[in-house]
Formats: sequence, C-alpha cells, structure tokens
Amino acid sequence: MTGRDTLMGEAKGISKSLTGIEGFDDLTLGGLPTGRPSLVCGSAGCGKTLFASTFLLNGAREFDEAGVFVTFEERPVDIVSNVASLGFEMDRLIDEDRIVIEHIAVDPAELAEIGEYDLEGLFLRLELAIDQVGAKRIVLDTIESLFSAFTNPAILRAEIRRLFDWLKDKGMTTVITAERGDGSLTRQGLEEYVSDCVILLDHRVHNQISTRRLRIVKYRGTAHGTNEYPFLIDQDGFSVLPVSSLGLNHKVHEDRISSGVPDLDIMLTGGGFHRGTSVLLSGVAGSGKSSLSACFADAACRAGEKALYFSFEESAAQTVRNMRSIGVDLQQWLDKGTLRHIAARPTFYSLEMHLAVMLREVLRFKPTLVVLDPISAFVGNAERQEVQSMLLRMVDFLKSHGITGVFTHLTHSQEGNVETDAGLSSLMDAWILLLNREVNGEFNRELYLLKARGTSHSNQVREFIMSNDGIKLISPYLGEAGALTGSARKAEEGRARRAEIARRTEVQRLAEAIDVRRRKAKAEIEALQAVLDADDNEMRRMQADEETYLAQAATDREDMEKSRRA
Amino acid sequence: MIDDALGAAPSEPLKLVLYIAGQTPKSLAAIANLERICAETEPGKYVVEVIDLKKDPKLAREHNIVAIPTLVRQLPVPIRKIIGDLSDREKVLVHLKVGAE
Repeated sequence: MTGRDTLMGEAKGISKSLTGIEGFDDLTLGGLPTGRPSLVCGSAGCGKTLFASTFLLNGAREFDEAGVFVTFEERPVDIVSNVASLGFEMDRLIDEDRIVIEHIAVDPAELAEIGEYDLEGLFLRLELAIDQVGAKRIVLDTIESLFSAFTNPAILRAEIRRLFDWLKDKGMTTVITAERGDGSLTRQGLEEYVSDCVILLDHRVHNQISTRRLRIVKYRGTAHGTNEYPFLIDQDGFSVLPVSSLGLNHKVHEDRISSGVPDLDIMLTGGGFHRGTSVLLSGVAGSGKSSLSACFADAACRAGEKALYFSFEESAAQTVRNMRSIGVDLQQWLDKGTLRHIAARPTFYSLEMHLAVMLREVLRFKPTLVVLDPISAFVGNAERQEVQSMLLRMVDFLKSHGITGVFTHLTHSQEGNVETDAGLSSLMDAWILLLNREVNGEFNRELYLLKARGTSHSNQVREFIMSNDGIKLISPYLGEAGALTGSARKAEEGRARRAEIARRTEVQRLAEAIDVRRRKAKAEIEALQAVLDADDNEMRRMQADEETYLAQAATDREDMEKSRRA
Repeated sequence: MIDDALGAAPSEPLKLVLYIAGQTPKSLAAIANLERICAETEPGKYVVEVIDLKKDPKLAREHNIVAIPTLVRQLPVPIRKIIGDLSDREKVLVHLKVGAE
C-alpha cells in the first residue's frame, strides 16, 4: 500500500506542504515535501527549533493541519514560551487540540541497558499523539539527543531508520532537527536516512557582523534554489529572503513620474523620469542629494502613491526636520502611512542581510518609489565588488517590480572622472550629478543631468537653489566668461542690465534723430512739390493760351481767305 | 529514611514493573528472564507487574517509557530503569540493588 502511494506520488510530481515561512515557500516552490521527512540541520543557536515550530504552528493555524511537536530536549513550557514572543499562541492551539507537545525525556543516569531492546515505546507514544489530534505534521526536535541517552548506536540507528519509514508510511510531513557535525551535516549522520529534503541553516560572523543563511542541500524530485539565502529571525518570526539575481525581462513602463522639482522635470523631454527606472544622485557633501531624494519621495506621495525611504545615516525625525527647511513636509505622509522611513546603520547587518531586509520591506510595503540614502555608506565596510553585486540585485529587484529607485551617492571628488566608488554608473538609467563649485570665494550648487536613458534631456548645467519654497533650478548665465552662477551671475546680470539700458537709450536717441531728419526731408519734398505744382499750372495755362491762339489764328486765316475770294 | 526502613524490614518486597509492547520475541525473552531471576532469588523479594503498552499506550506517556522492554523499579527512589531483554542475570541483580541496600 505504501509502495503504491509513493509511486503515485512520484508520478504526479511531489506534493508539497506550505510552511508559511515567508520566502521559504517561494524558494522551494511550495514548501516541504508532503508526507516525507525533511532534515533541518545547523549549529547551535541558528534557528532550527524556530524553523520547525513555525512550520508546525503555521500548519495548525493557517493550513488546518494539526501537528505534533516531539521534544527531546526542551520542556513543553519552554517551547510554548519561546514562540509566545513571536505572537504564536501555542497554548491556545494545544487547548483546541490542534497541537500536541510530546516530551520524550530519557535520563541516562537512571537507565541501564541489558540485552536487546527497541524503541517501540517511542512509536506508541508518537502514534498516540498523532491520533489524539489527527496530526498531519510532526516535528522531532532533536532526535539526536537519543544518542546520548542510549549507548547502543546500532540499535538506535536501526530504530531511527524504522521511525522515519514509519512516519512516511503514516503520511506525516516531518521536520527533523539535527545539530551540525564536524565535516558532516549532522553529528550522527542522520542525513543518510532522510533522502528527500535537507536544509542547512548557518550562522556566520564576518567583519564582526553576523548573518544567518539558509541553503537547501537537497530536495529530491523538485527544482529549488541552490544558493545560500539569508534569513532573519525577528519579531515577525522566521523569514527567508531570496535575493538571487533576477533576469532582465522586467516590464518597461512608459509613464513618467515627477521628481518633485518642476524645473528638473522640464529638463527631461516628456516631463519626468520613466517609472521603474533607477536614478542615481551623486555629489559631494552638502550638494543636496538627500533633499532632492526627499523631493522624489514627496512627489510620489503627492501623487497618491507610496514611497519607502531607507536612510543609512539619518533618523526619520532628522530627515523630516531637515526637509521641512526646504518646504517639504514629509511628516504628513508618514502620518498618513504612504511614506515609510527606515533607518539602519550600514554596520547593523551584513550587506546581504541589508539587501534581504530591504527586499522584505519593499515586498511588504509595496511602494512605487524607493530611496536609498546613501549607498556609498556601504562602501566603507565591505568589498567594492560585494557592494556592487548587492546594488545590482537591488536595482534588478526594483525594476522587476516596476518600482522607481532613487540612489544617492556621496562622491569625494567632482572634478575629472565621474566614476562612482561602487562602479554603479552602468546600472543606472538616469544619473544626476550635483556639484558644489567654488567661484570667487563662494560655493554654488549646480545640477547636471549626466544621463537619462530613453529620454532626451537638457544638457545644461543648472544652478540648484534650495529655499523655503523648495528646490529651484535656474538656467545659468551664459556670458563671455562661460557659465556663471551665484554672485558672479548676479554681478554679470547687473552689468548686462546696465549695458542693455545704455544701449536702449542710444537706440532711442538714434531713432529720434532719424525721425527728425525724415520729417525735414518730408517738408522739403512738400516744398518742391509745391514748386512743381506751380510749374505744372503755368505749363497748363501756357498750353491753353497756345491752343486759344492757334484756334484764333486759324479762324482769322479763314476769315481772310473768305474775304479775298469775295 | 526509606533505605533505613527497608533495611529494618527486609521482607518488604521490591515492586517491579515490566513494560512490553505486544508478544514480541524480545518481550517474551524479557518476561522469561525476569521470571527466572525471581525464581532464583529468595521468594517474596520482588513483586512483578507486566504492562502491555500495546493495550494501553497512554501509560507509555504517563510513565515516560521509550525503549521496550523496560523494567522499572519504582521504589525505593531513585527510580531505576533497565532496558533490554534482561539476558544478563548478574547485571540485572546489580542494577536492582543499586540504592536499595
């Protein structure tokens, strides 16, 4: 019967039981193998018991699968209180007969072994517990402690093998925890008996920063991620954070988002950055990176969307106060719940964990815009390559979710090479360079849109002015001495204004002179015209006289001829 | 105190409980070995009760039994447990005596 079940199970593909552990079910494409034992191993304090109890409690709470917790070490009261801090009301589940704790305590001091024995008593107790609640899930934590209670390993091994087979026959989805051994996964080589699924938990300290990692060593009959994945144990319990690199097949958005600075949006043809792009703001200290990124967040909230602000240097209160000085009220969005500000020192977690926590927060909060301020904070305490790989994954992740990413980067030099320390330029779709240049004894902020993929944009360096009314960008004065900003610009503008007035006055004067000349000429023309007209009149009179004379002369001649003939 | 009491009254029998699970060869061997040990020692020293956990598995939990067969000496304290088929008579006797004399 069992054989047939197994065969049918294989034919259909392995069925899986959800663990309800955030991230883990995605990683394994559905959880642990149903009706089979899974081994969770790791060194002391790496979260084995928590993993197992989360699996069991979620089963009872969310998937309507009762469970048996078999503890070989801790007392039941301790187990209940351990998970109580994570919000699991295990005692209530026990009262409701959905969970049962079976405490198998063997005291080697009161035990003597004489002759052959088996562990049928354990089997009977497990069967009783399973039947009591109709369990589908069972946790054995930590069965290896039997090895210190009983001295005959040959019997134990045979019995443990028999136990696993028996649990499989009963269709129990089992989690077995085991301590990590030297050179092997478990001290007693339990991995030999569990061939279906082996999960390794690890807790490493590197550069004084600890990171918990999870790896699926094997999972028969199913695809699974093979990387090490960081996981977290915090007030929300156990969560695995898959941060493997994603492909480049993310959806491309055509719509635009505002940067919160109208003058900056105008610089981009189309009125803003594409949604889902990554924008890098780089500049020296005090060039306005944080302020500009706060504007991005403010604009997103203003548009009724959600923004997530990760700050690695400032607390939420500090950011809010500082931004108020440039007329950006972030507090209203924080109160409204559309903006979340998360502050964490770069040294608080390892890089991997930072990334993992950020991804988790992004998935939970579902923002449309994420700010990382500043990413250069990581460069100090990690390898450049690691930082780059982490940011690459962050950028990929945000893109694949259509989330706009705003990254600020502190540069130490703004002259010459425009390379970021983390070597990020190629990852970014848009790069805004913030400069702070000294001219004639004063520093002036400038903004330059170094690149914006897929958008034609202004190539001008704009003067970047922060005031109570927010950020303004002004086209710089393009004079004979190059582009000018600040006081130089004002002086030059003043000079130009004065020159303009002088020029205008001159033009006015010339125009008036010409007008006078014109009028004079016109008067002369009129006088001459009068002479001309008089001459014309004279001429006409003379002609009339001439005609009269000729007519008279003709008449006279006719008269004379008449008279002669007559 | 208890030791003293027992010492003063050697006729008080020691209560032994043998836990088995069904009629398995190991259980049957343990029963046979225990009967032989009792027969070979002075009569009335041990009172033996055999509990088949197959019939009442709840007792396995209540009495914290893991291995089968298990022979339990409840009194005098501390509790002694002997697991196995009790094939070594001398060892069994030694362990039953520990703390009892």
